[in-house]
Amino acid sequence: MRALEVSGLQKAFGGLHVTREVNLSVDPGERRLIIGPNGAGKTTLFNLITGELRPDAGSICLFGQEIVRVPSRRRAHLGLARTYQIITLFQNETLLHNVMLSLLGLSGLRWNPFRRFARQAGLIEAGRAALSRVGLLDMADRPLSDTSYGERRRVEIAMGLAQNPKVLLLDEPFAGLSLEERRDVQGLLASIPRDVTIVMIEHDMDVALEFAERITVLHFGEVMVEGSRAEVVAHPKTREIYLGE
Amino acid sequence: MALALLASLPAWIGNSYYVNIASQVLLYAVFALGLNVIVGYAGLVSLGHAGLFGIAAYSGAILINGGYGHFLGIVGALAVTLGASALFAVLALRGTGLGFVMITVALGQIVWGVAYRWISLTNGDNGVSIASRPAPFGLSLVDADPFYWATLVVFLVALAAIAVFVASPFGASLRGARDQPRRMNALGYNVWLIRFLAFLFSGLWSGVAGLLFLYYNQFVSPQTVALTASAEVLLMVISGGTATLLGPIAGALLVVVMKNVASAYIERWNFVLGAIFVAIVIFMPEGLVPGSLRLWRWGVRRWRQRLAGPVAMAAVPPGSGGGQ
Repeated sequence: MRALEVSGLQKAFGGLHVTREVNLSVDPGERRLIIGPNGAGKTTLFNLITGELRPDAGSICLFGQEIVRVPSRRRAHLGLARTYQIITLFQNETLLHNVMLSLLGLSGLRWNPFRRFARQAGLIEAGRAALSRVGLLDMADRPLSDTSYGERRRVEIAMGLAQNPKVLLLDEPFAGLSLEERRDVQGLLASIPRDVTIVMIEHDMDVALEFAERITVLHFGEVMVEGSRAEVVAHPKTREIYLGE
Repeated sequence: MALALLASLPAWIGNSYYVNIASQVLLYAVFALGLNVIVGYAGLVSLGHAGLFGIAAYSGAILINGGYGHFLGIVGALAVTLGASALFAVLALRGTGLGFVMITVALGQIVWGVAYRWISLTNGDNGVSIASRPAPFGLSLVDADPFYWATLVVFLVALAAIAVFVASPFGASLRGARDQPRRMNALGYNVWLIRFLAFLFSGLWSGVAGLLFLYYNQFVSPQTVALTASAEVLLMVISGGTATLLGPIAGALLVVVMKNVASAYIERWNFVLGAIFVAIVIFMPEGLVPGSLRLWRWGVRRWRQRLAGPVAMAAVPPGSGGGQ
């Protein structure tokens, strides 16, 4: 069974066909990289998979379960988590609060109006564990607005990992990072166990190629090339589209 | 300390006129606290809450005059208010931002229209009076002092309930849905339902305040549900400080005191109130309570620096510290 199986996916905004006939199969535990020039429809594909956008046609299966009609919020409960290209965190809250909100989203406790959120030992412990995985435990009680851009990227990933997803979608996790921060995030991604399937969009070819086993090249909303690292890099179409030769 | 001061207020404030004003402050504080749940913590500005406040007052008055007694009158009025809140929420939550504001204005105006024109039900412009205040546990609330204490008890219950609500996991979900609705959805939260439930909670306390208003005046008229009444309570919340517990209370104090006390000395008291709001917006855009805290911290820092030595440090001038 595939971890993620997308078939015949289509999405148009007016006359602009952002996604046309995308097919994608990702095995459990796989590391998949999606590359493509600007406007290729990469983030739109993520938005379709997570349900933030409704496709015009096609199907999306998560571990064999059809989810194309499942509301976005329910997909999180089915084991699908994502990070955002543009950081969307809770600015005025602490790092720990951010991660705890991520944990709370999957907990029945989120409807409880009586208990103290800040005293939920289970959430605090799991939140601190998630922050420790991304190396930010010592900053847990600082407000997010006090952190650097690179640290926020890691908080994004911590929030994704905290939900213990089966499939994690990473939208440009290296965007805007310094060389040193890139290495930190790279090490962090490498440390994620294989029971999490990862699909990643990335522009930075150097770090991304090293990370992924299989690569999908998207161009004008269609899958142009798909294969192993060597196959895709050697493929003439990749060179034509992506490397601009 | 504050509690002792509040409880002994009738003893030190002098005469019953001021005790009544204190009751008004408390009942409007309950209203503003309720509105703040949706305006401050959910980030949805409602200009129709006087409609909910008025629905509670009107349905309470109609039930009591219909011979159902105070207990059933109160329970029935709150049930009607919750139903109306649910209807308001279903309609208004189709939008956020300006759309939400406009729908709540429209809903509030519908309530006003019903109060004004459905004469067989609401007695139109003449309003509805009730004959008596209730006497819970055999204690008569006819006089100013016992009514004040009863209002104080309701106010403290409201404050405690809202404080617990805001600090709860649901409160955290609500603030999250205000700040990053799309993210919250992707994290597994039902943003619409969170807002809907918060609206009900807000409507419930508006209804409680509406009943206090009914018993305070023993009278309710279309003026109670007018758009200006919605705007007034919204100004209490905004001037005091949205998404704070004490802000709406400070706002209610400011508006009620200006309305009653200042109007005795200055004919154009509305003008003074307007000037105060303008001053708050310019100097404390985040509201009186957070703004005063900021000024206080700034003052303490300046004072410490002065003690530390004559070296002039570049201190942040008041008014320039960013919003939140």
